[in-house]
Amino acid sequence: MFSPGGSPRINCQLLYKHIQELTSNDLRKRKTAAERSMIRLGITFNVYGEQEGTERIIPFDILPRIIQGEQWSWISKGLKQRIVALNMFIDDIYHDQKILKDGVIPEHVVRSASSFRPQCVGLNPPHGIWCHITGTDLVRDGDGQFYVLEDNLRCPSGVSYVLQNRQLMKQTFPGLFEAQFVRPVDDYCSQLLDALNYLAPEHIEKPQVAVLSPGIYNSAYFEHSFLAQQMGVELVEGRDLVVRDRRVYARTTKGLRSVDVIYRRIDDDFIDPQAFRKDSMLGVPGIMDAYRAGNIALANAPGTGIADDKVIYAYVPDMIKYYLSEDAILPNVPTYVCWDDKQRDHVIKNIADMVVKPANESGGYGMLIGPRASKEEHAKFVELIKANPRNYIAQPTLSLSRAPVIIDDHLEGRHVDLRPFIIYGRDIYVLPGGLTRVALRKGSLVVNSSQGGGSKDTWVV
Amino acid sequence: MLSRVADSIYWTSRYIERAEAVARFIAVNLNISMDLSTAGNQQWGPLVTTTGDNEMFSETYGEATKRNVIEFLTFDRKNPNSILTCLINARENARSIRERISAEMWEHINRFYLMVKDEGDAEGILDDLHDFYDAVRNSGQQFVGVTDATMTHGEGWHFCQLGRFLERADKMSRILDVKYYILLPSPQHVGSPFDDLQWAALLRSASAYEMYRQRFGRIAPQNVVDFLMLDKEFPRAVLHCLTRANESLHAITGSDIEGFTNLPEQRLGQLRAEFAFTSATDIIGRGLHEFIDDFQTRLNSVGESIGTTFFSLQPV
Repeated sequence: MFSPGGSPRINCQLLYKHIQELTSNDLRKRKTAAERSMIRLGITFNVYGEQEGTERIIPFDILPRIIQGEQWSWISKGLKQRIVALNMFIDDIYHDQKILKDGVIPEHVVRSASSFRPQCVGLNPPHGIWCHITGTDLVRDGDGQFYVLEDNLRCPSGVSYVLQNRQLMKQTFPGLFEAQFVRPVDDYCSQLLDALNYLAPEHIEKPQVAVLSPGIYNSAYFEHSFLAQQMGVELVEGRDLVVRDRRVYARTTKGLRSVDVIYRRIDDDFIDPQAFRKDSMLGVPGIMDAYRAGNIALANAPGTGIADDKVIYAYVPDMIKYYLSEDAILPNVPTYVCWDDKQRDHVIKNIADMVVKPANESGGYGMLIGPRASKEEHAKFVELIKANPRNYIAQPTLSLSRAPVIIDDHLEGRHVDLRPFIIYGRDIYVLPGGLTRVALRKGSLVVNSSQGGGSKDTWVV
Repeated sequence: MLSRVADSIYWTSRYIERAEAVARFIAVNLNISMDLSTAGNQQWGPLVTTTGDNEMFSETYGEATKRNVIEFLTFDRKNPNSILTCLINARENARSIRERISAEMWEHINRFYLMVKDEGDAEGILDDLHDFYDAVRNSGQQFVGVTDATMTHGEGWHFCQLGRFLERADKMSRILDVKYYILLPSPQHVGSPFDDLQWAALLRSASAYEMYRQRFGRIAPQNVVDFLMLDKEFPRAVLHCLTRANESLHAITGSDIEGFTNLPEQRLGQLRAEFAFTSATDIIGRGLHEFIDDFQTRLNSVGESIGTTFFSLQPV
């Protein structure tokens, strides 16, 4: 919001002036009103492993984060480029594997990825699209440059909060929206529905679309339900569906009704006990068969996870070069892959300055933040890396940008990241803005909601 | 409509109606006990009997004091029929079908739940009982209004109606039973001024006092039974509830209202027909309590057959 000199950035001046005119009491009152509204509306997520009373709201900071239009068009261009390349990569991996044969990515890295699905080899999803919905995490370094921190191509969460946060902001600062040119985000659900409809076989006039959720105990249940509601489609659980003759049907009060497109929010592992984990109670037995027969479209396609393995992530700029003959518009955060002897040595030597991440965890679990960790933790991670080098990557600690946040009655800077959402359908749509997550603890770099992070509305102006 | 969704809509509406009914039970007793308190004749035990959770109550609470009974019926999470438990269940059900009900319905249930939960967490509830149970009844009725005004009157809405009217029929008959239990130890009170006061209190708690007066004028036990059980037009009367439930059942299946195509239609149709062709004299002749007992058993079997016909998620 502020330039290094301490004055408000050009596009933030109106907001700055508005806030200046509010007393600290006003600010606090508006913040409380917004949070109360979230509780009343039940905009909550569930915390795993705790009992009743563990529904929480994601703490919401009412100061928006502002991104300027020119910068946004550059980000948006970069994201589109990245998604196209990632999709080509996934399709290649499950078909000819040219990129491996040409030696751009070492074959063993893909083979050893736990998110690689042999069951998907040779599959042809409708229109060749695998990753229909992506949430890409971006961070801004001290130099003002945006970097891609990671790609989330499986079941990325958070878009419902973007849409709800905007609603709350309109209630909180109605005047600002009239005066400022904030790009609207309300279009997202229509874009999503269009993309899902696009996946249905052409002869079907009115495709039956459904959102598949693990159910109300899932931490992202609010989002599943919200998206289904906003699109006006059915929200289903595994137990609502049944496969007959390689077709998928929903159990209704009047018998079975066919389903054509599923936006699934269940991980590959659990989606079909016949194809993946046998012990899954959440999935639909036989749905992969129906998928292979082309009778059901799944978004995101099973198998997309191969592209968000954190080791594979390190090769995305190479993919862009390989498939598109272009340089990456959005750079990666510099990344060391630990299976490589030289890079591993470097990581181990400099572990105190590194952020170390396991290849396949999400939610900020299992990470080491070198500068914040003790000697014992450094040693522990060195052992972990040595024991399973394939499973670890490391990145230098960035001086993540901070944004002002209301703490009690004043403003303090907190580290933020940004998760824009991209929909790949007939065209590629990038939601202008995205979810800004805030590390609420002072000095913390961890922004995940499961770790107590909060969120902000993001304005592209 | 998905079977699971129909199931949840039906139960959401049943639980809200049940929470409201429990508030009514307690209100009947509060009203009656105020008139009886001078005689030192407060009775709270029978209230637990009418909800059918005697055993559980005596295990946990022992003595049926006003405080114990109120706690048990209102805030006890272990009691599957307490107001708070009903609202937790209604909310869980509603949460699982948020995309199928209107935003207003969900918001109302969520607020209703928060209101009761906060009250339960607060101290000093016993000072404010009347207001609190009033608020519960109002919220229950508002839910009906919100549903009616914001939800498409299609299949889902008919499941909502079905759940509500079956639950209301059941609880209306139990409210009459409260009166029966309270009168039981002192039959000499029948026809006394005490008796009149109690019937009036009962009518008020059923939100039926004014409508009853318009229909019958003087309060007489037989007329009260007639009104609350057999009135065709009063929306809380059992016959009216059965009729409305039956209409919704046929709207769901699309079958002729005069016939039946499945078990719930057959059972509910029979039950309704008997109510339509009986009289208050017959009911009192058979014994009000016995009549209600039999009615409830049969109403339960209607409910069970609805479950197996529409909601069952057995592998097909």
